[in-house]
Amino acid sequence: MARVVILGGGVSGHTAATFLAKWLGRDHEVVVVTPNAKWNWIPSNIWVGVGGMRKEEVIFELDPVYKKAGIDYRQAKAISIHPEGGADVAKQFVTIEYTGQGKEGNSEQLTYDYLVNATGPKLNFGATEGLGPDNGYTVSVCTADHAVHASEKLDELIAQMKSGEEKKILIGTGHGMCTCQGAAFEYTFNVDHKLREEGVRDKATITYISNEYELGDFGVGGMHIKLGGYVTSGKVFAESLYTERNVKWIKRAHVNKVEADRVHYESLDGSMHEEEFDFSMLIPPFAGAGMKAYDKAGEDITSKIFNPGGFMFVDADYSKGAKPFEDWDAADWPSYLQNPTYKNMYAVGIAFAPPHLISKPMKSPNGTPINPTPPRTGMPSAMMGKAVAQSLKDIILNSATEPTHTANMSEMGAACVASAGKGIFSGSAVAMTMYPVIPNYKKYEYGRDLNGTFGEIGLAGHWVKHFLHFAFLWKAKLKPFWTIIPE
Amino acid sequence: MKIKPYSQNAYTPVPSAFTKFRRNCVIWQFFRFIVINIKMTVLILKSHH
Ligand SMILES: Cc1cc2nc3c(=O)[nH]c(=O)nc-3n(C[C@H](O)[C@H](O)[C@H](O)COP(=O)(O)OP(=O)(O)OC[C@H]3O[C@@H](n4cnc5c(N)ncnc54)[C@H](O)[C@@H]3O)c2cc1C
Repeated sequence: MARVVILGGGVSGHTAATFLAKWLGRDHEVVVVTPNAKWNWIPSNIWVGVGGMRKEEVIFELDPVYKKAGIDYRQAKAISIHPEGGADVAKQFVTIEYTGQGKEGNSEQLTYDYLVNATGPKLNFGATEGLGPDNGYTVSVCTADHAVHASEKLDELIAQMKSGEEKKILIGTGHGMCTCQGAAFEYTFNVDHKLREEGVRDKATITYISNEYELGDFGVGGMHIKLGGYVTSGKVFAESLYTERNVKWIKRAHVNKVEADRVHYESLDGSMHEEEFDFSMLIPPFAGAGMKAYDKAGEDITSKIFNPGGFMFVDADYSKGAKPFEDWDAADWPSYLQNPTYKNMYAVGIAFAPPHLISKPMKSPNGTPINPTPPRTGMPSAMMGKAVAQSLKDIILNSATEPTHTANMSEMGAACVASAGKGIFSGSAVAMTMYPVIPNYKKYEYGRDLNGTFGEIGLAGHWVKHFLHFAFLWKAKLKPFWTIIPE
Repeated sequence: MKIKPYSQNAYTPVPSAFTKFRRNCVIWQFFRFIVINIKMTVLILKSHH
């Protein structure tokens, strides 16, 4: 009997765990270690953050779902990995610390045969002074609770605007090394939409601040699409929407400090600026979960397993990270998501260490890096979870000696629907697909297949987004026919 | 909205009234809904290895 331990029950970990439990049956053990009792469909937090959805609509209790699936659920967080075992435990194990199930604070050594690290991002608000809802001055929509808080603050602001006050709203990225610009983009247009609905749009100045070199970069080096008889850069498409909605933009910005009423930021040209706000939602930079790793003798081998950001090494070509942008290649990206040192360990979703950025690295004359880091959005993350589950199924049930399924971002597309306002007839969204995620200028004139890369704005995009909300929650709850809903 | 000459927004394309109408026209958008779903399905099929 094999035991697969999955660290993190978010998009990629939940996908891996539920498929594995289905395929392996009760003869093998699937254990999920994740600190939250509730699962969150994160993309819909944007709507919670403008009061368009209740928190309860974007979360559900994990315990009954895992019981139904036969998954051993530990409400805990992983602290350290011991891939060779330890002095007292011969087998490889993870040390976990409970956050619920009546065992809060208790530690346990959990042995495994196969380990899947799906711990996603740590929201690194601490990287910028004054950033974030807990110890700073900005709100966030990265968790459902953050989004509820953001919505309350936005309501207060709207009430003040209704009494005639003019307000400044600043939305974007809170550091030069952020990813997830898509979420900031969505929140910007949902706030705009909400203010229009409330009849106070004329009382607000909305500004978008971003570490992107150009709008529409999204950490994937931008994209080209066919539009109106042209092959057009996504920058044109994005700028058009900002102009249409009367949103000012600041690009190439590293926010280095937030105060109660303003942010301080450095531009890529090295100049320093300030931007005032009354309400601000800034995405934090992401770090890895911060787990440690130890060898059998108890020596710290964290740097052998994780990069300095805390993301786990897999079968990528990390030597390319030190080479110039022009030398980067689609082949640098990992296929099997397998750790090269300990082959029974895998990392999926945001938890794996990318070989390098996707966007071109940029530094200000002061040496400050100002460039988006690589996104690992929902669809690729879930696909990675499923591919690793398929490989593990073949290894465990069919005696395969190597992983059998790949999920390489250079051979995988991403579909993203960015909401620009909620409402069955008044809503709108930008529906985008790109293929592949990692541009390949050797293969495609514009880096990507123009037949698989497109973008359009409209009501249909909103319907797709709303439909996906229900479909993915249905799937995550393992309701009938969940397996036929694609990742 | 008004475009201010020489400002940031003076250099971007903006949708025409017809484009805006199409974006909100339920019949046209129903058709686009099907097209978007087909495009996404093709993408998913291409992405599984
Ligand atoms: C506001 C917002 C909107 C977004 N909108 C979209 C969108 O529209 N479309 C899209 O494709 N993507 C979107 N994304 C991105 C998407 O949410 C991520 O790509 C996806 O969640 C990544 O999956 P993951 O499994 O790697 O991480 P997560 O889904 O974040 O899961 C990680 C899990 O690991 C757990 N964990 C953390 N530390 C530990 C530990 N030490 N031990 C055990 N468990 C741990 C966490 O609690 C969490 O449950 C959005 C993101 C945000 C923040």
